[in-house]
Amino acid sequence: MDVQSWTFVLVGLSFALYIGVAIWSRAGSTKEFYVAGGGVPPLANGMATAADWMSAASFISMAGIISFAGYDGSVYLMGWTGGYVLLALLLAPYLRKFGKFTIPDFVGDRYESNTARIVAVLCAIFVSFTYVAGQMAGVGIVLSRFLEVDQTTGVLIGMGIVFFYAVLGGMKGITYTQVAQYCVLIFAYLVPAIFLSILMSDNPIPMLGFGGSGVDGVPLLQKLEGLHKDLGFDSYLDGSKSTIDVFMITASLMAGTAGLPHVIVRFYTVPKVRDARKSVGWALVFIAILYLTAPAIAVFARTNLLDTVSNQPYNEMPEWFTKWESTGLLAWEDQNGDGIIQYTGLSSSIPNELEVNRDIMVLANPEIAALPDWVIGLVAAGALAAALSTAAGLLLVVSTAISHDLLKRAVMPDISEKGELRAARIAAGVAVVIAGWFGINPPGYVAETVALAFGLAASSFFPALLLGIFSKRMNRSGAIAGMVCGIGFTAGYIIYWQFLNREISAADRWWFGISPQGIGALGMVVNLVVATVVSRFTAPPSVGVQAMVEDIRVPKGSIPAHEIEV
Amino acid sequence: MSETSPNNEPSHSQAHPPAGSLSSDQRAAYWSRNIRLLVSLLLIWSVASFGCGILLRDWLDQWVMPGSSFPVGFWFAQQGSIIIFVVLVFIYARRMNGLDREFGVAEDED
Repeated sequence: MDVQSWTFVLVGLSFALYIGVAIWSRAGSTKEFYVAGGGVPPLANGMATAADWMSAASFISMAGIISFAGYDGSVYLMGWTGGYVLLALLLAPYLRKFGKFTIPDFVGDRYESNTARIVAVLCAIFVSFTYVAGQMAGVGIVLSRFLEVDQTTGVLIGMGIVFFYAVLGGMKGITYTQVAQYCVLIFAYLVPAIFLSILMSDNPIPMLGFGGSGVDGVPLLQKLEGLHKDLGFDSYLDGSKSTIDVFMITASLMAGTAGLPHVIVRFYTVPKVRDARKSVGWALVFIAILYLTAPAIAVFARTNLLDTVSNQPYNEMPEWFTKWESTGLLAWEDQNGDGIIQYTGLSSSIPNELEVNRDIMVLANPEIAALPDWVIGLVAAGALAAALSTAAGLLLVVSTAISHDLLKRAVMPDISEKGELRAARIAAGVAVVIAGWFGINPPGYVAETVALAFGLAASSFFPALLLGIFSKRMNRSGAIAGMVCGIGFTAGYIIYWQFLNREISAADRWWFGISPQGIGALGMVVNLVVATVVSRFTAPPSVGVQAMVEDIRVPKGSIPAHEIEV
Repeated sequence: MSETSPNNEPSHSQAHPPAGSLSSDQRAAYWSRNIRLLVSLLLIWSVASFGCGILLRDWLDQWVMPGSSFPVGFWFAQQGSIIIFVVLVFIYARRMNGLDREFGVAEDED
C-alpha cells in the first residue's frame, strides 16, 4: 500500500473508533453531559485530560518550535507541565470538593456575585474560542495535506466528527473518546521518534538518544550546535531570549495552564477528592511522555533537515521536498542562481534561500527520515486525534458556559433539566459551527491571541481561584478589583505590543525586557496585590461563604457534584 | 508568589458548623500540615524549573549529565524539571491521603 492508502485506512479506523465509543457512552442527563456523571476513574480521567490538553499545537508545532528555538523552547516544556503541579497542589482537590460543574460556578458562589460569574463566563468563552480556531485549522491542514482534499472539506469532515460525539455524548462521550484519542496520538508520536532515535543514535529511547552519540560517534547535541554555528543560526543550547523573559514566560504559562477552564473542569469528573489528586498525577505522566519526547524529536529532525538540505543541489532533493513545497510550508528561492540550497541564519554572510515552516518538522519528519509508509499515515491519524480531542473539550466548555452558567445560573433559573440539556446541545452545535468557520477562515494572528488566552487565564482565573481557596478573608470587592486590574493590565500590555505597535515591538523597549507572552505572570502579581489590599479595606465575606471555604479544605463529606443545593 | 497567608482566619470562624467531624483546632492543624507540605513541594518545584532550568542554567551548563552529552542546565530545562514535576504530584497525593487518614477525614472506600 502507498502512503495515501495507509493514511485513509488509519484515519478511517480511528474515526470509526471514536464514533463507536461516542455511541456507547452517550449522555442522558445534564450531570452526564457536564461532568460525565462524576464517575470517571482517575487513570481514565488522566488520559482524557492529557488528550484534552495536548492540542494540534503540542502534537504538530511544539517539537518544531523547539527545533528552531533550541533552549528557548524550554519555556513551553516547563510551562505547560509545571502548571499541573500548581493545579494538583493548589486547585484541583478543593474544586472537586466544591463540586458543581464549572469555574464560573465557583467564582460566582465563592464571591456571591453574578457580575463575577458573568466575567468568568466571558473569559472562559474567549479563551476557548481562541484555542478552538487553532484546532480546526490544524485539522484542515492535516486532512488537506494527507488526504489531498481542500482545506474547507477537511475542516467540514472534522466538524462533522466533533459535532457527532460532543453534541450527543457531552462530557461522558468526550471523556471516553479522549481516552481512545490519547492512545492513538501517543502511539503516533512515539513510533517515529523511536525509529529516528534508533537511526540516529542507536538508542531506542528517544529521551536518552538525543543526549547520546550519533552513529558517527559525535554527540548529537554537539553536532547540532556546530551546524547551527557554521550556518549562522542562534546557538541551539543557549537560545537567544533573555533570562528574565524565559523566567516570566515560563511563569505565565504555568499559571495560565492551571487556570484554563477546559483543564480544570476535568477534575470535576472524578468521584472523590482523593481521585482528583491522583488524577492530576496520571494526567501529568501521560503528558510528560509526549513532552519528554518532543525535545528529542526536535534535535533529530533539525539535524536531519540540516544534513539533508544544507548546501545540496536542489535537483537532488528527495520527493518529500517538492511535495511540501506545493503546500507552501517549505519554500526555496535560488537567490544566487547556483541551483544549490543555501540554508543559513541571520548571522551568516550568505543570504538564506530556504523558508521552513515549523509545523513540517513533525509532519514531514517520517518522510525526511525515509520511514515506512504506514508511519506517515499514523502521524496523520495522531495529529487529528490531538486536534479533535482538544476541540471537543473546548466546545464543551463553551456549551456549558452558555447553558449552565448563563442560562441556568443567571438568566433563567427555572429552566428544566431537559430544557437545560437541550440548550447545552444546541450551544455545542452552534459552537462547532463557529469553530469551523474560524478553521476555514483562520484569523491571521492565532499565535498572538493564544498569548492573550494564557495571559488572561494567568491574571484572572488562577489568582481568583487561589485566593478563593487559600484566603477566607478574600471578598467580592477584592476579587473583582483584582480580576479587573489583572486582566486590564495584561490585556493592555499584550494589545499594545502585539496589535497596535507590532512593528516597533522589541526586547529593549519592553518593560524590564518582558515580552507580551510573559506579561501574564506580572498581571497575576498585580491581581494578587490589588485583591489583597482591597479586601482588607472592605467587609469580610458572609458567614456562609466562610463556612464553605472551611468545607472545601477538608475532603470528608465530598458531596457528589450536583447534589449541593444552592 | 502563590502562597497566601494561612493565618488570616477571622476570629468568628469558631461558630461555623464543622467540616466533617473535626473540631476547629483539628481543622487548623490539618490545614497547617497541608500548607507546610505544599510549601516544601513548591519549593522543590521552583528550584527544579526556575532555579536549575533558568536562573542557574549557565552555571550548571559547565557540567554534563553523567553518561550523556546533556549540559546539566539544559537537561533540567528540557527533561529533568518535567520528571521532577511528575514525582512531586504523586508525593503530594500520597502524603495527603495519609494525612486524611490520620485526621479521620479520608473519604469512604466504595
